Amino acid sequence: MPAATAKSAFWLGFRDGVPFLLVLAPFGILFGVAATEAGLPLLETMLFSIVVIAGASQFSALQLMVDATPTLIVLATALAVNLRMAMYSASLTPYLGQARLWQRALIAYFLVDATYACAISRFEREPGWDLRTRVAYFFGAVAPVCPSWYVLTLIGALIGTAIPAWLALDFAVPICFLAMIGPMLRTLAHLAAALTSVTLALVLAFVPYSLGLLVAALAAMMVGAWVETRMERAA
Amino acid sequence: MIGTATIWTVIVVLGAGTFLIRVSFLGLIGKRPLPAWVLRHLRYTAVAVLPGLVAPLVLWPAATGGAPDLARGMAALATVGIGLWSRNVLAAMVAGAVVLYSVLALAG
Repeated sequence: MPAATAKSAFWLGFRDGVPFLLVLAPFGILFGVAATEAGLPLLETMLFSIVVIAGASQFSALQLMVDATPTLIVLATALAVNLRMAMYSASLTPYLGQARLWQRALIAYFLVDATYACAISRFEREPGWDLRTRVAYFFGAVAPVCPSWYVLTLIGALIGTAIPAWLALDFAVPICFLAMIGPMLRTLAHLAAALTSVTLALVLAFVPYSLGLLVAALAAMMVGAWVETRMERAA
Repeated sequence: MIGTATIWTVIVVLGAGTFLIRVSFLGLIGKRPLPAWVLRHLRYTAVAVLPGLVAPLVLWPAATGGAPDLARGMAALATVGIGLWSRNVLAAMVAGAVVLYSVLALAG
C-alpha cells in the first residue's frame, strides 16, 4: 500500500507487533521471577528491563552475576550478546537514517529483536513509503511490544519467590535460551558456530571468571564467518 | 547474594553500552556501509554466545549440585529439537517444559 498514511502505518505496525507478545510473555515474566530469586530488589529488577530492554543479555548478565563472575566479564559477555543489534542498526539506516536526531535516538532505544523483525520485513516490501510513514510504522510495532516487556517483568517480580520448588524453576532459564537457539540455526554456518561455542565453553569451563565463554564466543563467531565464506565460494 | 554496587554497575553500563550499539549506525555513523567482514562476524554473535552459556547449565545443573540429570538433559534435547524442527520459540519452550515435568514426575 504505497498511499499509506502515518496513522494507518502506525496501526499496521501495531498489528505486526502483537504476535511477538506470545514469545515475550514467558520471557518477561521469567526474567522478573529469576531476578527476584537471585535477590534483586523490585526497583533494580524493573530498572534492568527498562534501562537495558534486551532479554537475552539480561538473562546472561543475571546468570553470570549469580555465578559471582567479575563485573567486567559480566559486562563483556552480556554486551557480546547484544552486538547483533549493531547489524540491526546498520540495516535500518537506509530506511530511517534521515529521521530527526531525537527520533533516531528513540528508535535506537526501542530497537529489539521483535521491532527489528517487523520493520525490516515491512520496509523491504513497501519501498514506496516515505520517511514519516516508516517512522510511524516503527513506533506502531514498538507500542505493543516494549511497554509489555516492563509490565511482564513486573508481574514476574511480584510472583517472584511464590513459585513452589517442584516447578524446577532453576531450569526455566536454560530452557528459554535453548528455545531461542533452535530457530537461530538457519544455515550450516550458524550450526558450526553453535557447535564451536558449546564445545569450547565445556572444554574451557575450568578457566576462572567465565573467561572461557568469551574465548568460545569469539572463536565461534570466527568459525561462523569462515564457514559462510566457504559456502559462498562453493555455491 | 549479588552486591548492590555490582547490580547497579551492570544495569547502568550494560544499558549505556547496549544503547550505543543500537544507536551506532542509525545515529552516529549515518549512511556509510559496514565492511562485509564485520557484518559477517556480527551475524553470528548471538549463536556464538548463547549455546556456550547454556551448555554447562544443562550438563552440570546447579539444582543437582552439578551432577548430570536425566529430566533436565531430556528437556534440553526436546527444546532444541522442537526449536529446530518448528522454527518456533514458543513451541520449543512448551516442549521443554512438558518433557521436564513429565520426566521429573515419572522419576519422582
